[in-house]
Amino acid sequence: MFEPFFLRALLASLGLAVVAAPLGCFIVWQRLAYFGETVAQAGLIGVALALAMQMDVTWGVLIVALAVAALLVWFGRQKLVGLDSVLGLLHHAALAAGVIATSMVKGAPVDLTGFLFGDVFAVTQADVVVIFVGGAVVLALVAWLWQPLLRLAVHEDLAAAEGVDREMVRTVFIVLLAVAIAVAMKIVGILLVMAFLVVPAVAARPLSGTPERMVVLTGFIAAASVVAGLWLSATFDSPGGPSIVLIMSIVAGLSLSWAAIGRPGRRGS
Amino acid sequence: MPHSDGVAPTSETCGHGSKHGCTHRGGCASADPAIDANALISARGIGVTRHGRDILIDVNIDIEPREIVTLIGPNGAGKTTLVRVLLGLEKPDRGTIHRRRDLKIGYVPQRFDSDTVIPMTVERFLMLGGSYGEARIAEVLGLVDAAKARRQQLGELSGGELQRVLLARALLRKPNLLVLDEPVQGVDFMGEADLYNLIGGLRDSAGFGVLLVSHDLHIVMARSDRVVCLNHHVCCSGVPETVAQHPSYVRLFGADAARAFALYRHDHDHSHDLSGMPQAADGDVTRSAGGDK
Repeated sequence: MFEPFFLRALLASLGLAVVAAPLGCFIVWQRLAYFGETVAQAGLIGVALALAMQMDVTWGVLIVALAVAALLVWFGRQKLVGLDSVLGLLHHAALAAGVIATSMVKGAPVDLTGFLFGDVFAVTQADVVVIFVGGAVVLALVAWLWQPLLRLAVHEDLAAAEGVDREMVRTVFIVLLAVAIAVAMKIVGILLVMAFLVVPAVAARPLSGTPERMVVLTGFIAAASVVAGLWLSATFDSPGGPSIVLIMSIVAGLSLSWAAIGRPGRRGS
Repeated sequence: MPHSDGVAPTSETCGHGSKHGCTHRGGCASADPAIDANALISARGIGVTRHGRDILIDVNIDIEPREIVTLIGPNGAGKTTLVRVLLGLEKPDRGTIHRRRDLKIGYVPQRFDSDTVIPMTVERFLMLGGSYGEARIAEVLGLVDAAKARRQQLGELSGGELQRVLLARALLRKPNLLVLDEPVQGVDFMGEADLYNLIGGLRDSAGFGVLLVSHDLHIVMARSDRVVCLNHHVCCSGVPETVAQHPSYVRLFGADAARAFALYRHDHDHSHDLSGMPQAADGDVTRSAGGDK
């Protein structure tokens, strides 16, 4: 069970679980799940771009994710069509364009399943290094911007009127989100990236009375799900990424059920 | 600038007079008075156009230190847009805004979607606006009569409690300008009177200017130093008594509104909290802090 490929998978997934925790919480707090989903699915275009230009897939995904995020912000300036509809449009357009683009890449046929659902056991040593170094940078930036991020998440206008630079903070957050998506894609794939970010945060919400506690709990739930999911995968030979996400979802389901019955999440500091 | 500050020249009518059914007393864009450098905020010729519709047309407004300015107008008159422009949350398409260098705004927003998505206590919410000591938070929460809410989650608060907490967050900043956008939504009539008394009293003691937005005139006006009546442009402005008698005000709000003062000025021997429950007059924090007459 503890062969090198398994250890690499474990390390990469655990690192990602920790980095994803604060981002996932902010996605839940600011209702950005569908936004992130759209950006993630556009990653498939990035995959095709990277393959065509023979560069690392992570870079291709990152570039396209940023471009789509910018496009979403741009479309958000008009008020005639709601953002949910714009997201629906781009979400499906990106998926369609991505599938077409990957099918047109010359050379060896592209393994679409690997990109859509990830291949956690194919993680290389270099990938692990990227996750840990990149993850440290992401965490440092989130820590630095924690207070303004929180103020904007609670009430954007209030924070802006009190002097928070919302354009700057929001831009940094979107860039961080795109980085996380690009890096996480290798492990859980384009279709499950958002689940990896959002589901542990959803699971943690009913059990949290402060934002910080929710972030820590999100990290714990994600890490535990990673261990359990990879064990499941090794034992029953199920796909790695989906196994992790399935465990996360079960925890979230239980947590929400508990919230639906009782009155949790009310205790303060 | 075309002429020095002071009284704007009287012009009989201008282009938008017919559009909005009222005559102008102040000047139009061609005759904007100079920026008032002493004012907390001084705006000239503010124009906002959205999707081909004029939301704001040549609006001039000054808020002086220690002055309570009430912005009234029907729904959809552009009040919230004007406030957002003054706060710097939205950029106007035309016009200039001068903010005094030491301007410190305490903002009580119109809407607060107090969903429970972020787990957060009232105390923590107040700390987000700055770093304050325990004692100071207790003091301000007591001032707005919300001491009990301190350890509650934001999502548990009623509409009235939430308003008080938002007011507390604004007051904690020790602002020299307090901006309240329709602060009494979801608060009943008597709670409204108490809230305005509280704000008026705080103005007297803390000495900040107040910009208050309302579409409901019955209570607002008597405490105001100046009322600005907005319907996309400034229809009329002045001390409450003047505005209440102004023809364009009466046209906009009907004759009933002109009799609003009698309603306001009745004395009551008890007060109501913001959820409408009557409370004894003695020992009531709101009343003593509000400096009732």
